[in-house]
Amino acid sequence: MASAEHSSSAASPEQQEARRGAFSSRKVFILAAIGSAVGLGNIWRFPYVAYENGGGAFVIPYLVALLTAGLPFLFLDYALGHKHRGSAPLSMARESRKAEPLGWWQVGICFVIAVYYAVIIAYAARYTFFSIDKAWGSDPEGFFFGEFLQTSDPGVTLDFVAGVLIALLIVWAAVLLIMGLGVQKGIGATSVVFIPLLVLAFGFLVVRALFLPGAGEGLDTLFSPNWDALRDTSVWAAAFGQIFFSLSIGFGIMITYASYVGRRTDMTGSGLVVGFANSSFELLAGIGVFAALGFMAQAGGVAVDEVVADGIGLAFVAFPAIISQAAGGSLIGVLFFGSLVIAGLTSLVSVLEVVVSAVRDKFDLNRVTAVLVVGVPAMVVSVVLFATTSGLLVLDIVDYFVNQFGILLVAVVTMIVMGLGLRALPGLAAHLNRYGSVKLGRTWMALVAVIAPLALGYVLVRAFIDTLDEPYGGYPAWMLNVFGWGTAGLLIVVAIVVTFARRKPVTPAHDDREEVGR
Amino acid sequence: MSTGAIIMMVLAMLIIWGGLAAAIISLSRRPDASADSDAYETGGTHRDL
Repeated sequence: MASAEHSSSAASPEQQEARRGAFSSRKVFILAAIGSAVGLGNIWRFPYVAYENGGGAFVIPYLVALLTAGLPFLFLDYALGHKHRGSAPLSMARESRKAEPLGWWQVGICFVIAVYYAVIIAYAARYTFFSIDKAWGSDPEGFFFGEFLQTSDPGVTLDFVAGVLIALLIVWAAVLLIMGLGVQKGIGATSVVFIPLLVLAFGFLVVRALFLPGAGEGLDTLFSPNWDALRDTSVWAAAFGQIFFSLSIGFGIMITYASYVGRRTDMTGSGLVVGFANSSFELLAGIGVFAALGFMAQAGGVAVDEVVADGIGLAFVAFPAIISQAAGGSLIGVLFFGSLVIAGLTSLVSVLEVVVSAVRDKFDLNRVTAVLVVGVPAMVVSVVLFATTSGLLVLDIVDYFVNQFGILLVAVVTMIVMGLGLRALPGLAAHLNRYGSVKLGRTWMALVAVIAPLALGYVLVRAFIDTLDEPYGGYPAWMLNVFGWGTAGLLIVVAIVVTFARRKPVTPAHDDREEVGR
Repeated sequence: MSTGAIIMMVLAMLIIWGGLAAAIISLSRRPDASADSDAYETGGTHRDL
């Protein structure tokens, strides 16, 4: 092999990669990817979705969705980032210039998510301390919406809530510090420390919950199979939706992280570990949450299905009640809310990295500058919209719309564009197959180009029809139009504008085909 | 807990946690080549000569 010629021509791309940053090993990448995938949704969404959609029988559609859509789509993201060595827009552009707006659409979605995700971490951080003296007293619901958040009537206010504002600023300071330290020393090192800690803390919480009286009833409620549910398409849609939202796929994160991994890494083998680790944590969360709900039901003398909740209601209303009633409740609280903070923080960092990495690639900025250029405006928007008395209302709307008509929509479009439009899948499969232990062939291509878009497209259309039929959450139409439809639509417009704003030639990623056969 | 619930819980644990264990074992049998790649990228090209 003529390596002298190779090294001279490749010097520039190598320097470029050194500047972009990289994970030091496969293990660090896997932990960072798990840190991104395991987020609040694993803890507060999965248990409820599983319970609502067939209980124990949900295992079947859930596994089918993992194997036919989740993992195949994860591999698509990995292939794009790993082959093209760039942020989401750059990787897309290197696949085809026409695809670049898809990358910016994903970047916009990540910016929006980061802005509101941070405030939930701020709530959880406050509640970690509230748990010590059970600050909510005898009325957790009244405390959360009233004393703590001072929630206003529907509308938008600029009345700041000090208790949220200060915590939110601390969360942003921590996140920007991690991001500023770089891919390995910031994101990688955080994951290496926090992911094992999260598993330990949450594992301990689950064991404690299992010893609470009533835990058995809770698990019985979660796992009793309702086989008839399998005939209901909405149950299958829920399984595909859960897998999709939980794995952090389709909106740039896995493209970005994969671009920081050494060229010879077994990406498909690593992906299997990430995918199963994410589901493993969800299962653990389901067991812990329902054991705790079983205790709550028994303490209140009601059936478990009367206390089942998800999201904000589970974390900030049901869990405080459990913490108040259980022996050693403060410890349960610190472990639960501490776990939410860690799971949320590692996910927030990954979401923001999509934006930072894209801005660096496009505008040739150094890392600290890019972190400030992205982070400071994000922090300001986050504070102005979400640290106020109307914060929770806006958060609820933006979260719903950006998930359904942002993440899900861009994912379906990406799969169709890559699979059927650009016919990119054979090249991407060949790239991953070079070092991957799971070989991708026609089955993978069919799953990515046909099966997964059909399944997720169905989920999307259902959500669209439901949202048109009934205004989401009963909020005023203007709020839904501005923060919901408006945000989702604006992201598409911004993506197109940014793509064409500062067009520069796209050089292909340094090609390592020469390495084959070494 | 009912028998049906216990069976489904154990089954879910076996498949999902077992799947994770299998994925980790399978990957750990393949050495991490990302470091090789880094060496290559930082000037290891001379090994080709």
